[in-house]
Amino acid sequence: MSAGVAVPTGWVGRSLRRIEDPALVRGSGRFTSDLPAALWVRFVRSPVAAGKILRIVAPPGARMVTAADLAAVGPIRPMLHKFNYVPIEQRVLAADVVRFVGEPLAAILAPSREEAEDLAERVHVEIDATSAIVDAYAAIAAGAPLVHAQARGNIIVDARVATPGFAAASAAARHRVRLRIRSRRQNALPLEPRAAHAAWDPVERRIILHCSTQMPHLMRTIIAQLIGMAESGLRVIAPDVGGGFGQKMSLAAEYVVVAWLARSLRTSVAWTEDRRENLIASFHARDQHIDLEGMFDDAARLVALRADVLANVGAYACYPTTGAVEALMAMAEMPGPYDVRDYSCTARGVLTHTCPMAPYRGVSRPVITFAIERLMDKAAAAFGIDAPTIRRRNLVRAFPYTTATGLVFDEASYVETMDAAVLAADLPAFRARQAAARLQGRYLGIGMSTFCERTGYGTPAFAARGMDVTPGWETVVLGIDPSGCVEARIGSSPHGQGLRTALSQIIADELGVSPERVTVVHGDTDRTPYGWGTFASRSLVIAGGAALMAARKVRAKLIGMAADLLEAAPEDIVLGDGVARVSGTDRAMAIDALARAAYHQTHRFKGTFAPGLAESATYDPPGTFSNACHIALVEVDIETGRVGIEKFLVAEDAGRLINPMIVDGQIHGGVAQGIANALYEEVIYDAGGDILTATLADYLPPTAREIPPIALHHRETLTEASLTKAKGVGEGGTIGAPAALINAVNDALAPFGVSIDEIPATPQRIRDALRAAAAAKA
Amino acid sequence: MTQRAAIVLNLNGVDHAISVEPRRTLADAIRDDCGLTGTHIGCEHGVCGACTIIVAGEAVRSCLMFAVQADGKRIRTVEGLADGEQLHPLQEAFIAHHALQCGFCTPGFLMLSLHALERDPDLGDEELLDLLASNLCRCTGYQNIVKAVRGAAAVMRAGVVR
Ligand code: FES
Ligand code: FES
Repeated sequence: MSAGVAVPTGWVGRSLRRIEDPALVRGSGRFTSDLPAALWVRFVRSPVAAGKILRIVAPPGARMVTAADLAAVGPIRPMLHKFNYVPIEQRVLAADVVRFVGEPLAAILAPSREEAEDLAERVHVEIDATSAIVDAYAAIAAGAPLVHAQARGNIIVDARVATPGFAAASAAARHRVRLRIRSRRQNALPLEPRAAHAAWDPVERRIILHCSTQMPHLMRTIIAQLIGMAESGLRVIAPDVGGGFGQKMSLAAEYVVVAWLARSLRTSVAWTEDRRENLIASFHARDQHIDLEGMFDDAARLVALRADVLANVGAYACYPTTGAVEALMAMAEMPGPYDVRDYSCTARGVLTHTCPMAPYRGVSRPVITFAIERLMDKAAAAFGIDAPTIRRRNLVRAFPYTTATGLVFDEASYVETMDAAVLAADLPAFRARQAAARLQGRYLGIGMSTFCERTGYGTPAFAARGMDVTPGWETVVLGIDPSGCVEARIGSSPHGQGLRTALSQIIADELGVSPERVTVVHGDTDRTPYGWGTFASRSLVIAGGAALMAARKVRAKLIGMAADLLEAAPEDIVLGDGVARVSGTDRAMAIDALARAAYHQTHRFKGTFAPGLAESATYDPPGTFSNACHIALVEVDIETGRVGIEKFLVAEDAGRLINPMIVDGQIHGGVAQGIANALYEEVIYDAGGDILTATLADYLPPTAREIPPIALHHRETLTEASLTKAKGVGEGGTIGAPAALINAVNDALAPFGVSIDEIPATPQRIRDALRAAAAAKA
Repeated sequence: MTQRAAIVLNLNGVDHAISVEPRRTLADAIRDDCGLTGTHIGCEHGVCGACTIIVAGEAVRSCLMFAVQADGKRIRTVEGLADGEQLHPLQEAFIAHHALQCGFCTPGFLMLSLHALERDPDLGDEELLDLLASNLCRCTGYQNIVKAVRGAAAVMRAGVVR
């Protein structure tokens, strides 16, 4: 264990400039939609939320493809083997019935985007509309129309856990605090919309599919499977990807259609979604209701926790995680960083006639952290203690710690990190300021959230969720070529996080070369070993661990060869600055020269070493928990309901920081999305299932005006659960921010006796709550 | 709509003679007809600013302008920002301050800032925030973009380059 942040001795720990950046700032990044194509696709989408397709008629002369043409293409049917999961199917183009506004019905092909759009507008679609359900509670009400006939009561997952002691502990508890929270629906909103470009390669006789995805290898597997072709006949390339945040992890039905078209027509076919399509028909997230009850002892210690989670999963299940992912993650991780031994939870995923849900940065945890952190604040108020005190009494302190749901928390710093944040926020000074402001009719508030985040977890965690496809491991193939240049080919696939830079730092340290000598190759199924990609805050932990393992193997061989040629003991060989030297002597040899010998002068080793310098390693770790404390200082304008963020502070322990600059960037970006989640962004459907937020002027992503400077404090707890000692940090910012902000809003509004338990806390919602409170008093 | 117009787009000092439908947007013409794909398209409805370029000395959203409107005008895109190997101070600052992650919004922010700083390198903090609030970035949380533009402004004021 170590506190504070270590002083770097090698490349790891330095804020190196990113290898990725020079091309991107010159405008020479390569994104999928930059590629020219012979034919462009425009999808004709359902204008209604539910109904039976009667006719789809193309305008004269148009080339159109519908479900009938795709009869041989399999349906998307992700599978879970647990939790009463009901498998449902999605045809890549709707056949017979439509289930959400925006569902693709047909594909129109034309030589340009404009022509395809013109033609698509003239397609005649006749649908016999049926009644649609939009809300999760409406979907489970008796007599609700069924979205899929096989999912009775519209429930596709129904999971329950209860510890053996729950009933007794709950009955015996002397204090109970209960709340219901609601998280409205969001869109991950990567700035680059989804895009696919498939081209027939007449020489190799196969398809090359460029697409904006976080998981190129799995996309190859599933698309080949659905189309019914050999995987070897499909090469998937994820070039530069303009953000994904989970949305580009799930399979887009449209990508399957584009690949199928290129294969059928033996040409190049492209599709780039427009922003409206992205907003209404890509994937949504976070639409949840949670009913939470905490049972406390006299010392304000949480002795039992009961939760009921209802997640609206939309009309279909996303591949590979299924729409159950939010409900199941909520169930597994609801207790958060708190030491509570008894727990009971029901978690259901419910189908509605809305856009399907998929993982979005944080996956469920922004919502459950909001729930449990609201609970903690309400309990603190009931006990008459402050927010840090109740958390201090309940945070896990001894590691490893096995949670009530069986998760194992590795070494971390929950209490210490919170204390650091609280100290930095200067609570007493704030309370004085708050009191003074209230006298002037201004309402300041402070709010906090403490949480831990499971990151970098391997196959057992996905298997525990019952997934048919269990991601988890990553492979890195690391080689030094005869000229001494290092190349790491990774199965993981970044989309803007600077992973190439961070991995080059890890590898450079191990091999004693400069990071400039290291090239990281990713995102091409032809050039990289099978792997999973970027999601679940895993790439640096898992691909980084695999890179370290592979580098150690190469290092061992380099040392062995150097010892041989320099006639020294391997223990005496030191690698550094591109040179292998015998310590304490001036005998040395350039690593370049060793590399050349490894290929071109193998006779010098007399058979001791196999030719070449390339090794492969695979890492499948248990998972490691990052932890953080967020504190928000806000001012609420009670006249308008506007929330201004005065200050936002994050104390974070993500283990060893490989590149602190990149880590900070992840936190900044994550917090910005958390702020959006808390205050601004909401996908709104009307009662009939039509979507009202179809432009960026309606769906409100924050700008530089809404995101305040974010003060960061780091600790580095060095865990045994991660080879590089790094913990994942991709999602934490998003997870902690909503809870801290809404707690702050409630603190500001404490004099009015309101409780805001719904996100986003828009001005309208805040005003409604204030009006209701005033009316109740009157 | 098959009628086409012959126009010349002067991109970063180079003339591109193209033939476009009158309804073709400037962004599409630059990307598809002229092959300069550094200008990105994030919304096509004038909100995200990823498509920001400079036309006849004004910062514009190229998704909201028709290519024919730019006929013969001097157009600057991100590809013209660096001087050969020498990056522009704004590009340098974006790298140094980690003002980009995926880089999709970056060309738009660079051109937006370039236009503003060339006009007034003494832009105050509030004006700068107002300016940068014109565009969307989903990755960075903006803070580093603000720092980068401030840093570049200092360099440009000192007149180190250009
Ligand atoms: S693409 Fe032009 S403003 Fe978004
Ligand atoms: S860096 Fe990705 S959108 Fe700005």
